[in-house]
Amino acid sequence: MTIRHHLNDDLLLDYAAGRLSEGWSLAIACHLAMCPQCREQLALAEATAGAMLEELTPVEGPADSWETLKSRLAVTPEPAPRPVSRPASATLPEPLRSYLGGDLDAIKWRNLGNAKQVLIKTGDKTTQARLLCIAAGKPVPEHSHGGRELTVVLKGSFHDEVDRFGPGDIEDADGSLTHQPVADDHEDCICLAITDAPLKFSSRLLRLVQPMLGI
Amino acid sequence: MTDRTDNAAPPTQTSAQIVAIAASADMAAFEALFKEFGPRIRAYLLKLTRDGQAAEDLMQETMLAIWRKAGQFDPERGQASAWIFTIARNIWIDAWRKQKRPAFDPDDPALVPPPEPEAPDLLEQKQSGAALHAALKTLPAEQVELIRLSFFDEDSHSTIAARLGLPIGTVKSRIRLAFGRLRAALEEMK
Repeated sequence: MTIRHHLNDDLLLDYAAGRLSEGWSLAIACHLAMCPQCREQLALAEATAGAMLEELTPVEGPADSWETLKSRLAVTPEPAPRPVSRPASATLPEPLRSYLGGDLDAIKWRNLGNAKQVLIKTGDKTTQARLLCIAAGKPVPEHSHGGRELTVVLKGSFHDEVDRFGPGDIEDADGSLTHQPVADDHEDCICLAITDAPLKFSSRLLRLVQPMLGI
Repeated sequence: MTDRTDNAAPPTQTSAQIVAIAASADMAAFEALFKEFGPRIRAYLLKLTRDGQAAEDLMQETMLAIWRKAGQFDPERGQASAWIFTIARNIWIDAWRKQKRPAFDPDDPALVPPPEPEAPDLLEQKQSGAALHAALKTLPAEQVELIRLSFFDEDSHSTIAARLGLPIGTVKSRIRLAFGRLRAALEEMK
């Protein structure tokens, strides 16, 4: 598996700095789980931030700052380490499984014709996260974006007007792109998509039923 | 900006302090770490919140988290200052912005491992504090300032752009350029 579409530096640095909201961060985290190369770049960005932290001019606080901290240490009991149970193997990466409440086999899909989807609840009101499954060899209806769309392929592959996207690849689309993703023939394509505005479908009929389908 | 004054303690010393906290709840090591990093964490959080009380509270939360999570720090995997930065950043997101920051789980069975795991000493060399500080010194001051702003300024890029009197696209491309220069400088040092 060779990833060809990586995080761009804008996304990488914004994620490292903590500027991205939860929805976008979910897509970044899923790409990172599948891309050792970008994990190394993230480590570099965080090491840079650490080096700059060392160079910051110290700001002194209240005189009793250390005493306060020490007393809080005394009254705060050591939290028991939370037992982490991990399956022996998994198809979908963390943190996505935690958001979905399970792996691929636990998903209750909602049918959309050539595709099925499930909406993912996050605490982020500025974005909508969804898991999409596009049937092998089938297209999703042609659409453009009112805003930004981040798509991470988790399984299978699709191609659109831009390129082909396989497992781990991330596509960063803005309002200027009109595309029709088509799943490749060999298997269904499962991807995570984050949007900050409703998709704009080229078909008038789809635009009419869009609110009912929750897309 | 005169942020580049005296540097903090040698990174290896900081790593040793965190390891000592994890191994034996070493209060003397924790106090030394607090003296060294507390005022810098406070400075970072003051830049993000512009609120002295909040910066103090969040710095305390960060120090408490360092105390509790010391066992998770792996000196072979990265720099102590990078680890401290990520803890302070996550406290800021969680306690100040009341948001979540989804992250990958390094022990997830679905995590795709690197093709050939890099020898720790090579990783160490590439991201060592010394190499980074040296690489940063080769960059023009404006580029260092832009990277610093991208990490340490509470403002969005659009506010930074307005302040510098530049279009946002220009600010973003300059930050990308600066980070690219830093990457190239590190490559040259290998």
